[in-house]
Amino acid sequence: MLLRLLAEQDPGELEAGLTAVGRGIVYGGAAIGPGIGIGIVVGNAIEAMARQPESAGTVRTTMFLGIAFTEALALFGFVLSFIISG
Amino acid sequence: MLALEFPPISHLIEWPEFGPGGFNKVAATYVFAALATMLIFVVGGARPKLVPTGLQNIAEVGVDFVRNQVVMQTMGAEGLVFLPYLTCLFFFIFFSNIVSVVPGIQFSANARMAVPLILALLTWIIFNVVGVMKQGPLRYLKNSIIPPGVPVFALVLVVPIELVSHFLVKPFSLAVRLFANMLAGHLILATFATICAALFSKTLALAILPFSFALLIGLTGFEILVGFLQAFIFTILTGVYIAGTMHAEH
Repeated sequence: MLLRLLAEQDPGELEAGLTAVGRGIVYGGAAIGPGIGIGIVVGNAIEAMARQPESAGTVRTTMFLGIAFTEALALFGFVLSFIISG
Repeated sequence: MLALEFPPISHLIEWPEFGPGGFNKVAATYVFAALATMLIFVVGGARPKLVPTGLQNIAEVGVDFVRNQVVMQTMGAEGLVFLPYLTCLFFFIFFSNIVSVVPGIQFSANARMAVPLILALLTWIIFNVVGVMKQGPLRYLKNSIIPPGVPVFALVLVVPIELVSHFLVKPFSLAVRLFANMLAGHLILATFATICAALFSKTLALAILPFSFALLIGLTGFEILVGFLQAFIFTILTGVYIAGTMHAEH
């Protein structure tokens, strides 16, 4: 059934569709790890701030640094999803 | 279903030329950002008064911010040599980011890869030159590719990783971080604007329009935060990289 449907499709259209699926998978996959990572970074930063409110300034700066490093991986996926073209 | 006609990416990030040599909105934004940075520090610092007024206020707050939040946090008093460069870098990136929420322009110039890459390459050149000057070429190379305390048999694996990460990934991720954040913000705003426009033309779907519109406004505010944060992160990462090559890791 699926194969017959695929066979009836215009090959260009199929390729474009698969490209779109690939882009979605690339970005979705790249977002999983950094999502968990940023959660850990921010969670621990909040814990540190709650335990030691006087060091909140330093912790906040370091937290943004940690987020920036973690986030870079998700952004690589984001850019890669644009590079993949049909 | 909504007849949602999302414009292709090229329509969102390519702009018509209106001057010689491909001068378009992006180039005009960079000219504006450079002029605004110059204005603050040339005019604001022209006749410094004890009680600052006007532009001198902004210049002093900016220098103070970069000094306390970036230089002192990462490099210490030794890094004050880089304070002028880092301050200009911060203001230049901030001004070219913040135009993404100015009505009529609404495009962050840093959503194009070229200038973020050049800024990242400048950072790359600076931290390599600082490393070579402070540690000497051979010691700098050794310190940057062999982390302390690694057992000898692991070096086969660690050295290539460190080599790539120090000399390629650092500048590349610096550029991509700024560029992709700005591009993503621009695309999100464009998406919600398109959705709002599509909802506006339908009778029944008009009921959802206020929510979509509220989110559009909220995300515009978020863009201001991101524009500031990315300028700050670019500056502080430059500071961190320079600080990393200033002293050998122990």
